[in-house]
Amino acid sequence: MKPLEGITVVDFSQFLSGPSASLRLADLGARVIKIERPESGDICRQLYVSNVEIDQESTVFHAINRNKESFQADLKAEADCEKVRQLIATANVVMHNFRPGVMSRLGFDYDSVKAIQPDIVYGSVTGYGMEGPWKDKPGQDLLVQSLSGLTALSGNADDGPVPMGLAIADIFAGAHLAQGILACLVRQSISGEGGRVDVSMLESILDFQFEPLTVYFQDGGQEPERTASNNAHALLGAPYGVYETANGHLALAMGRIPQLGELLECPKLMEYPEPGSWFDQRDEIKAILADHLKTKSTADWLAVLEPADIWCAEIYDWDKLRDSEGYQLLQMEQTVTRGNGTQFYTTRCPIRIDGERIFSKTGSPDIGEHTAAILNELQA
Amino acid sequence: MKLPLQDLVVLEFSQYLAGPYAGLRLADLGARVIKVERPGAGDACRQLATKNLYADGDSLVFHTINRNKESYAANLKDPADLERVKKLIGTADVMTHNFRPGVMEKIGLDFDSVIQINPSIVYGEVTGYGKEGPWKNKPGQDLLAQSMSGLTWLTGDAADGPVPFGMATADMLCGTHLAQGILAALVRKGRTGKGARVEVSLLESLIDFQFEVLTTHLNDGKQPPRRAAKKSAHAYLGAPYGIYETNDGFIAIAMGSLKTLAELIECEAAAHYDLEPTDRFAKRDEIKEILADHFKTRSTADWLEILEAADYWCSDVYNYAQLMQHAAYQKLQMEQEVSRSNGTTIKTVRCPIRINGERLTSPIAAPSLGNATDQINATLEVA
Repeated sequence: MKPLEGITVVDFSQFLSGPSASLRLADLGARVIKIERPESGDICRQLYVSNVEIDQESTVFHAINRNKESFQADLKAEADCEKVRQLIATANVVMHNFRPGVMSRLGFDYDSVKAIQPDIVYGSVTGYGMEGPWKDKPGQDLLVQSLSGLTALSGNADDGPVPMGLAIADIFAGAHLAQGILACLVRQSISGEGGRVDVSMLESILDFQFEPLTVYFQDGGQEPERTASNNAHALLGAPYGVYETANGHLALAMGRIPQLGELLECPKLMEYPEPGSWFDQRDEIKAILADHLKTKSTADWLAVLEPADIWCAEIYDWDKLRDSEGYQLLQMEQTVTRGNGTQFYTTRCPIRIDGERIFSKTGSPDIGEHTAAILNELQA
Repeated sequence: MKLPLQDLVVLEFSQYLAGPYAGLRLADLGARVIKVERPGAGDACRQLATKNLYADGDSLVFHTINRNKESYAANLKDPADLERVKKLIGTADVMTHNFRPGVMEKIGLDFDSVIQINPSIVYGEVTGYGKEGPWKNKPGQDLLAQSMSGLTWLTGDAADGPVPFGMATADMLCGTHLAQGILAALVRKGRTGKGARVEVSLLESLIDFQFEVLTTHLNDGKQPPRRAAKKSAHAYLGAPYGIYETNDGFIAIAMGSLKTLAELIECEAAAHYDLEPTDRFAKRDEIKEILADHFKTRSTADWLEILEAADYWCSDVYNYAQLMQHAAYQKLQMEQEVSRSNGTTIKTVRCPIRINGERLTSPIAAPSLGNATDQINATLEVA
């Protein structure tokens, strides 16, 4: 039995942050019903990446919305709203990611929903919170990254701002929304009490930066400084970084510099015996390492470092990862099937419950694919 | 306000970041989180400093991750201590650990042994790469997991080589997933009384993190991700998506109509590319180069004024000082101070989740090693 079996989630959200939260709830056993407007549905259906599509819709939409149902409703039409209210009366969770004020206008704000279903857990995601000068600013990942200081952490010192190359603010906001909803469902399961959960992309990406922010508060407001080369974490000393070898790349995590000097036969590294220097002089140590590691192959270096328990790894791309036994044993991939028979490949939930990987064969829904069936259930 | 997880007890045998980040979130949401630490040294993170910063004998990183928790010192190799720990497990709702495979079996606190003590416990485990196969003993470390997951080919520009995400992204995602799994199991426990085992790994969490782009990769004939030559912000998104230099700083431009953008910023050279939407991806390198040259001609404030008036998705690019001076940041009240009983005070951030409209804060700092041992032992004697 998946842990959330018996839980129903009514999801008004679009794009990534909200739908990634409901995907996780679906993974864990909840029934997730997307409320979509006629014709266009979730805008993410048309948000193409790299011109690749499945059934004339973006691959991204299909990835985010596997294992969900779709209920079509025009929230500006009272008859449709009444049906949605009936659906909410049977639900445990309602969630959305409209800008502040929209759900009140539609009559589905927390107080209205609570009047229909008093125990409801009600979740919302915004870009920057529900008040203040940014409340109407677009809650878009790159903008949130840019405003949050995050772009000063990746890349090297002279690179200028470098965004992280995935929608990380969306993903963390969605993950935090799922956490808050789940915590309220825990309480609901014990005491029957509902609750309201609000997250924003900005607060979530600040929580993600809790380490550099706490350092910033503590050390007199010094901005994080990336290393001149081979940067992997602005707060960590040498050797922490990724280095080019004669035929590829090698990652070195924490390690003692003189020991590395011995193992790699690089005498210059022996000149840094003091652990404090590994941070204070990290730029020059990294430059020495970068020159030296280019002289041999990745496999040669690993053969020396791994037996000595130095924390290191070869840099893989997806092909190499997917070819490796360690990856294949994880069984991280699955094939899912849409209602019309179209199959596509995707990944599975990363959480194992009771020793079992969680798979689901159900693909992403067409707009309104389940409207009739759900209405039948409501009338039964 | 009664917090959602009030009255729940979590025992945290986890060290470093991934497991303790899950414990932190459970503490934020109201659980009582007790770190079970070995006497003398405790969580190894106490001595893992960044920028050589410490407070009251523990690294600032440790303080950041472990606020609002208690500490119980116990030597798991000492039979008397282990006996007390088992008693404590009998009273807990959740326990977590991130030892390498086999360690908890040796101690006798593996899942099968623990459910003998407490059948309804939710037992959470973090590993680097799962518990079987050639990587099971490889160090479960963030940069190594990033390196093996393919993630380093998504950030930076095409010629950059691999670029890691500049934060402990694998640890933090994995801790987030651990908390999700534990919470889902607690929902079931509340409804049925049944306990559970929850397992996550750094590598699986990073695969999940890449689910959108991996799904694209697995269905597009397995083409490798290709970052833009310059101003790359997402390997799978076309122009104009990226951060551009202006004559006094930077501006971030999200997805939007290229035609509209070209008109608004009066960049004729970019306008003719929108004849076909596919151009925006296929020809993004030349388009981005044209835009990059054009954005350099005026200030960030000038461009923002033009673009924001037209609701075009864009923003300034801030460092921490600029962010914190802004009224929008101050309105969030994201900062809080936490203190130890000896007066050591640290400024940090709060939980990002609001419950029933309220921000969740707690004035309690990370525990000194064993700060709750005596008190907990006293309650165990009584019980």
